[in-house]
Amino acid sequence: MKAIKNLGLVIFLIGLTTFTVVPVLGTFSLDQSTFDQIIKDKNIKSDVFIQSINQNVVGKDFNGMLSLSPTITSALDAANNQHKKNKEYKKVIYTSGHDMAALIGKKSGAGLIAQNKGLMWFLTFGLGIIGALMFILPNVILLGKKGIKNDGVYHESATNRGWIAWMVFIFLVSFYLVLYFRPEFAVNWTFLVDPISESLSGNPAGHWFVYGFMYCVVMTVMAVRMYIKYRHNVYQMVRTTSVLFFQIVFAFLIPEIMVRLQMPYYDFKNAFPLDYDFFFQWNLKELLNSGGIGLFILVWGVVLTLVIVPVMVYFFGKRWYCSWVCGCGGLAETLGDPYRQHSSKSLFSWKVERWLIHGVLLFAVVMTGMTLYSFFTESGTILGIKTQSVQNTYSLLIGAIFAGVIGTGFYPIFGNRVWCRFGCPLAAYLGFVQRFKSRFRITTNGGQCISCGNCSTYCEQGIDVRAYAQKGENIVRSSCVGCGICSAVCPRGVLKLENGPEEGRINPTEVLLGNDVDLMELVNKK
Amino acid sequence: MEHIVIIGNGISGVTAARHIRKLSDKKITIVSAETDYFFSRTALMYVYMGHMKFEHTQPYENWFWKKNRIELVKGFVTTVDHDKKTLVLAEGKELAYDKLIIATGSKPNKFGWPGQDLKGVQGLYSKQDLDLIEANAPNKEVCNRAVIIGGGLIGIELAEMLRSRKIPVTFLVRENSFWNGVLPNGESQMINEHIKEHHIDLKLETNLVEIIADENGRAKAITTDKGETIECNVVGLTAGVTPNIDFLKDSGIELGRGVKVNRLLETNIKDIYAIGDCAEQHEGIGNRRPIEAVWYTGRMMGETLAQTICGKPREYNPGHWFNSAKFLDIEYQTYGWVFSERIKKEQEKHFHWRHATEKICITAAFDKDSKKFLGINTFGIRMRHEIFDRWLTEERDIDHVMQYLKDANFDPEFYAHYEEDIISKYNSVMHTSLSVKKKSWKRIFSKA
Repeated sequence: MKAIKNLGLVIFLIGLTTFTVVPVLGTFSLDQSTFDQIIKDKNIKSDVFIQSINQNVVGKDFNGMLSLSPTITSALDAANNQHKKNKEYKKVIYTSGHDMAALIGKKSGAGLIAQNKGLMWFLTFGLGIIGALMFILPNVILLGKKGIKNDGVYHESATNRGWIAWMVFIFLVSFYLVLYFRPEFAVNWTFLVDPISESLSGNPAGHWFVYGFMYCVVMTVMAVRMYIKYRHNVYQMVRTTSVLFFQIVFAFLIPEIMVRLQMPYYDFKNAFPLDYDFFFQWNLKELLNSGGIGLFILVWGVVLTLVIVPVMVYFFGKRWYCSWVCGCGGLAETLGDPYRQHSSKSLFSWKVERWLIHGVLLFAVVMTGMTLYSFFTESGTILGIKTQSVQNTYSLLIGAIFAGVIGTGFYPIFGNRVWCRFGCPLAAYLGFVQRFKSRFRITTNGGQCISCGNCSTYCEQGIDVRAYAQKGENIVRSSCVGCGICSAVCPRGVLKLENGPEEGRINPTEVLLGNDVDLMELVNKK
Repeated sequence: MEHIVIIGNGISGVTAARHIRKLSDKKITIVSAETDYFFSRTALMYVYMGHMKFEHTQPYENWFWKKNRIELVKGFVTTVDHDKKTLVLAEGKELAYDKLIIATGSKPNKFGWPGQDLKGVQGLYSKQDLDLIEANAPNKEVCNRAVIIGGGLIGIELAEMLRSRKIPVTFLVRENSFWNGVLPNGESQMINEHIKEHHIDLKLETNLVEIIADENGRAKAITTDKGETIECNVVGLTAGVTPNIDFLKDSGIELGRGVKVNRLLETNIKDIYAIGDCAEQHEGIGNRRPIEAVWYTGRMMGETLAQTICGKPREYNPGHWFNSAKFLDIEYQTYGWVFSERIKKEQEKHFHWRHATEKICITAAFDKDSKKFLGINTFGIRMRHEIFDRWLTEERDIDHVMQYLKDANFDPEFYAHYEEDIISKYNSVMHTSLSVKKKSWKRIFSKA
């Protein structure tokens, strides 16, 4: 069993290494007709840029994106500079250099990777999946009897912020930086999944398709790990299945298929304000121009946020979204599960959390207000502030850096719910409902708590669960995503997630059940 | 300002301090030689097993004590001088008090076994014991085998700890079945099986004779009363605990096995109180023992004494008995009294149900004539404390408990339910025809 595990690890690492070096490999050769087509599609009017590419790129072979990318970005910068100097604003190209490099790279890919998509898929994704499963599956036997399996979590380098954790951190952060800021280096990855993309939407894959596909693969493999680790816990099994289903079907398959059917790309479960660009002008225009389905999505999006989300939170707590449906939550609960213990439980962190998450919610609401104002009045500025630049700031700071780079990249260091806890505006909104008007609570079982601290340690949201449990007090915190792990790791059966009557949901107690009745009443009544 | 000094920063002392602070402005000082800050003793095992770091066992952040004006003194109290109302610490420092609370807890029992003080022989009680086991048994290469003496709750925890590092464990238990002085047979049998499933070499009805030293004064083997010699590097002594009160021998405070206290938790000396593991009631309360070395009772005594100290004299008056533990993977809860066959009275009858394949069972105790429900043990099923507490107060009969068992279930959502199975067995052995009542939130939350 151990041998299978180790072999699996080696195979996984080979797959991962191949995946990591693929971005800098490959050959790119752009021919004239392809470039002409790009000029036409992108409506490029810059003669300077066209000439420069014709001279330096077309008909030449480039070895790897590292040599192609600078040629294109510098040509584009030079052309734009000249046009701006000459005030030829109509000729300025507004596509970024990196996006242009990605576009040209995608159309001009040749050689090993672009021509052996299936093989390369196997050497990256294939080996990764096989290796990871070989590493995970033997745990069915190795973990022994059913029960909580946290032995050695704080002894292992990977789960105790050791060197492996830091390597994972570097890998994840780099991956997100490439995805958001250097998409041309993701071009070779897109070739690997082209066949899958074409079979779904009919289009070749872009780098966001790579991300979406990888997201599903990672979640599926890590869900297998969850199933094995928590095989005694039906709540965890059902919940894991649910997040996996919503990721694969709602976030991945349905939007791609909608594109094939000439409909707008839309994830029906992604609620505003997490889906922060739902009301952006381009999206509203696209929806309004898409006929009946566009209108349906528009109404659905509004109803989802204003009615469905709060009503469901009333009945089931915010868990129905955050740890049963949401994609961010889904990744956190699968890939992120080994890191859940790293969330800080200090009072200081809680203060930071409340300022940050509500700040982001405010930011999202103000930005959307400006967006809608601009949309209806058709003015680009409000009080001298450009709506566009507010949107860009949000997209960069919150959408890319907070949610992506920090939210997932920092898993091995700060735990798996950094984004959900400190940043997600939807979580903040759901949190208000959960805290003030909901049937959900984590019930503390009378006086049974022994203050051991397993619940607090393994709370991914950094809630000091024990602080409540040892006082016999139910947990009704806005940040609780209802993952159910506190209840699972409790050695004394103290915690239960449940939906019940609102009355008695909050039960402050000082003297716990089991002590003399007089004393309990005396102290608890005041 | 009145100065309250508490010796011991365990659950009892700290609970007393917290509640005194809530009720008053008195000066509070806690003296401990064990650690700087309060930690949960019951969680030490999880530190060795790698589930948590030591800091995670501390329920309050370090700033808590200063903020709440609870002064912490690290030191070992050698003498209590009640005439001068002064404590003397090991390094000679003196500490004056107006009221003194003794909450010094327990220490592991040693029954005079030859070799019991050798290197490599230890209990598992204190932070120091945790450091020691980390040094004595860091892995299976350094510790080829450990022998654990004494089949109680700490013994099985120590076994689980060592097994988490794949260290072979031999477990010597005096009784003919694990913890059967407390657990009824069916349950004790099930735990025996579970211990073996975890590859622990369980030796029942076996006693330690001698621990043998190597040339460096380290334990290298033990011999048993069955004539067996077992080589080992670590010997765990887990045959119960005794109040940790040696320092009080000549203090004038009345001592038995523990510090003798009345129901107000007062000792024979004015302004000196004792709570928690080290306190001994003149007479056990109800079915309770005079010394209760249990987390929960320590906490309750702290809650109660704080009232007395703050001018509202309260007797220690614990409600219905409850307790919990975890045997390797199996959670155990108990509410009310279920006695083992070895000590139960003639009137007490048991209904036992065990799952056909899983390690899940319950035993409910009731009066054989009146059918009054006396208590329940559950293994692998969580129960709602409030419901059982209420049923015990209302003196429900066993039929009622069986019918409304769903109200009491506290397992996580989606878990399999066994009430139907339980009641059908109950019906067949008791010749009744009861049926399970649906769970009712209204009943659960009604404050009777």
